[in-house]
Amino acid sequence: MMTQAMQVVILVLVALGATLVVMVRGRVRQVVALSAYGIGLAVLFFTVQAPDVTLSELVVGAVALPLILLLTIARVRWRR
Amino acid sequence: MTPAQRRAIFLIAMAGLAAFVIWGISGLPGFGRYPGPYGPAILKVAEGQTNATGIVSAVNFEYRGIDTVGEEFILFTAVVGMTVVLRKLRGEPERPAIEEARERAQPAGGAGVRAAALAFTGPTALIGWWLATHAQTGPSGGFQGGVVLATAFLLVYLGGEFLTFQRLSPVDMTDAAEAIGAGGFAAVGVTALVLGLPYMDNYLPLGKAPGAVSSSGTIALISFLVGIGVAAAFIQIAGELLEQTMLVREGGG
Repeated sequence: MMTQAMQVVILVLVALGATLVVMVRGRVRQVVALSAYGIGLAVLFFTVQAPDVTLSELVVGAVALPLILLLTIARVRWRR
Repeated sequence: MTPAQRRAIFLIAMAGLAAFVIWGISGLPGFGRYPGPYGPAILKVAEGQTNATGIVSAVNFEYRGIDTVGEEFILFTAVVGMTVVLRKLRGEPERPAIEEARERAQPAGGAGVRAAALAFTGPTALIGWWLATHAQTGPSGGFQGGVVLATAFLLVYLGGEFLTFQRLSPVDMTDAAEAIGAGGFAAVGVTALVLGLPYMDNYLPLGKAPGAVSSSGTIALISFLVGIGVAAAFIQIAGELLEQTMLVREGGG
């Protein structure tokens, strides 16, 4: 019961997070939103008993992808 | 096409997609009711066969180890591709990192960022190392550990300068570490062939107690090698991008 309540809450948060990533304007803000969304997904995987996938999502979604995007944005900005 | 028409087409397509998704999801087995034969079979035999209590690691690094070798080389190829695309082009003068550091009176970021980066570097490195070396005991693994380990190096950049990051992770060293990681993984598998066993067979002593750090033979070794390789790969990806941003200037500029 408790687990299911947590799953519902985090599912709603993930849906909100995904919407936020699309709605937010400005590239850097969007990357920050994406990173937060990645953390949300990681928590979701944890509540459905997949700690391995949680760790992978955490490192890819919250660290690696935002990092690569931020560095690329910095490079493109500098060019102008 | 007017916006209204475009919206109408979008809504029709969305309704179709939603119908398919709902149809697909309604046919799924209930949560936790996996109908295939392999899941229960693996859960029954894995711990006895490998002495690993991290069953996901046992699957990744042994039962389907050959798939994971492929994945490791996907990352390896991606980094090679990136290094080739982001090479220094003719007519693009590159400044030495020391010059970039001198130009700035102070490293980027405020004192708060520097203090936080400094405080997190050690613990992050430790967690990365722990994740990469404990795949056999629980939910972790070389990939996750490797990325966390690379994050520790990036915190050094965040708290200091690109120069420090570059000195800490010279390209020769990350190149070598990546080659050792990816090549070592493949070599562990080939060694099994040399011994007359199937590829990726576990030929190292499994240890006495299941769940001990020293147990599970090649699973622990492969996880460690993956950790080294992945850490080097991510340091190199970030390093290449940072170098492009900080040092390379366009031709004539």
